[in-house]
Amino acid sequence: MKLREIFTNGIFKENPVFKLVLGMCPTLAVTTAAINGIGMGLATTFVLIGSNLVISLLKDFIPSKIRIPSYIVVIATFVTMVGMIMEAYLPELYDSLGIFIPLIVVNCIILARAETFASKNPPIPSIIDGLGIGLGFTLSLTILGSIREILGAGTWFNMKIMPASYEPALIMILPAGAFITLGILLALINRFTTKVD
Amino acid sequence: MEYFNKLILLFISSMLINNIVLSRSLAICPFLGVSKRVNTALGMGMAVTFVIALSSVITYIVHYAILVPLEIEYMQIIAFILVIATLVQLIEMIIQKTSPTLYGALGVYLPLITTNCAVLGVAIMNIQEEYDLMQTLVNGIGVSLGFTLAIVLFAGIRERLELSDIPEHLKGFPIALITAGLMSVAFMGFQGLIK
Repeated sequence: MKLREIFTNGIFKENPVFKLVLGMCPTLAVTTAAINGIGMGLATTFVLIGSNLVISLLKDFIPSKIRIPSYIVVIATFVTMVGMIMEAYLPELYDSLGIFIPLIVVNCIILARAETFASKNPPIPSIIDGLGIGLGFTLSLTILGSIREILGAGTWFNMKIMPASYEPALIMILPAGAFITLGILLALINRFTTKVD
Repeated sequence: MEYFNKLILLFISSMLINNIVLSRSLAICPFLGVSKRVNTALGMGMAVTFVIALSSVITYIVHYAILVPLEIEYMQIIAFILVIATLVQLIEMIIQKTSPTLYGALGVYLPLITTNCAVLGVAIMNIQEEYDLMQTLVNGIGVSLGFTLAIVLFAGIRERLELSDIPEHLKGFPIALITAGLMSVAFMGFQGLIK
C-alpha cells in the first residue's frame, strides 16, 4: 500500500468515528465545543503517532503472549506525556477536557491500530497510519463539536455566529445532544454512502 | 450519622444523577456493544460491578501506599492501567477455577472490561475527588449499579426495536444512539433528587 493511500485510508475509508464507530467515549463527552474536539483529536493523534512508531520498532522484541500489556504500557507513557505537556502549555484546554486526557489510554482506536497495523508494518508507514487515523478522528470530533456548539451555544470557536434572535438549544451541549447528533450524522452518512437499490 | 448520610447521598448521586453512561458519557463501548439481549446485558453489568468494586479499592491502596510515599504520582495512569489489566486477568483465572457457573455467566465479558473506560475513570475520579476508602467503595458500587441499570434498560428497548419498522438508514447504530439520547434526557429527571 502506498503511503498516500495509508494516510487517506484513516481519514475516509476507515474513519474511526463515522465508519468504525470506535472511541465513542471521548467522541460523545468532549465535543461540547469545536475547540475541545480539536484539542482532544490532536492529543489522540500525538499518542497514536508515538505509540505506532514505538510499537513498530519493538515489534520483533515483544513476545506475542504479553503483547497487549506491553502495548498498553507504551500507550500509557505517551498519554502521560501529552497530559503533562498540555497541563503546562494549555492549562485551559487541559481543565475542560479533564478526566478524558488520562482516559485516552483506554481509547480502543489506539490499541486497535497497534494490534492491526503497527505490529505488522515498518516504522514509516506506521507513523503515516497514526497521522491519518488521528486526523480522521480530529476531523470527526471537530465536525461534531461544531454542530453542537453552533446549535447549543450559538457560537463557533467562541465567536458569535448565530443571529441575536436565535435561542440556543441547551440540550445540544448536554450528553443527550451528543447521542442524538451522532445518531443523526451516522444515519445521514449511511444515506449518502450506501447505494440506493 | 452525618457521615452515613453523606455515603447514601454519594451512592444515589453516582448511580442515578451522574449516571456513568448517560450523564458522564463513559463506558459507551460496552453500552452499545453488549446490549442486544437483556441477559447478556445483565451479565456484563454484573461483571463490571465486580471489577469496578475491587479495582477502585485496590487502585486506592496503590495510590496512597505506593505512589504517594514514593512521590511518583505522575505514574498514576501507567500504574492504574496495569493494576486493572492484571486484576481482570486474575479475576478471570480465579472464577474459572472456583466457580464454573459464574465463569460461564461472566467469562466472555471479563477480557472486554480492561478497555472499559469506566474502570479507569472511576479509579482516577476517586483520587481526584479525594474520597476516603469507604467513599471509594460506595462510589465504585454506585457507579457500576448505575451502569447495570442503564445497560439493562437499554437492552430491553433494543429488543423491542428489533421488531419495529425502522427507516433503512437508521438501522443499527444510529437508532441505538438516538435511543440512548432519549434515555439520557429521561435520566436528567433525577437531577432534582439532591439539591
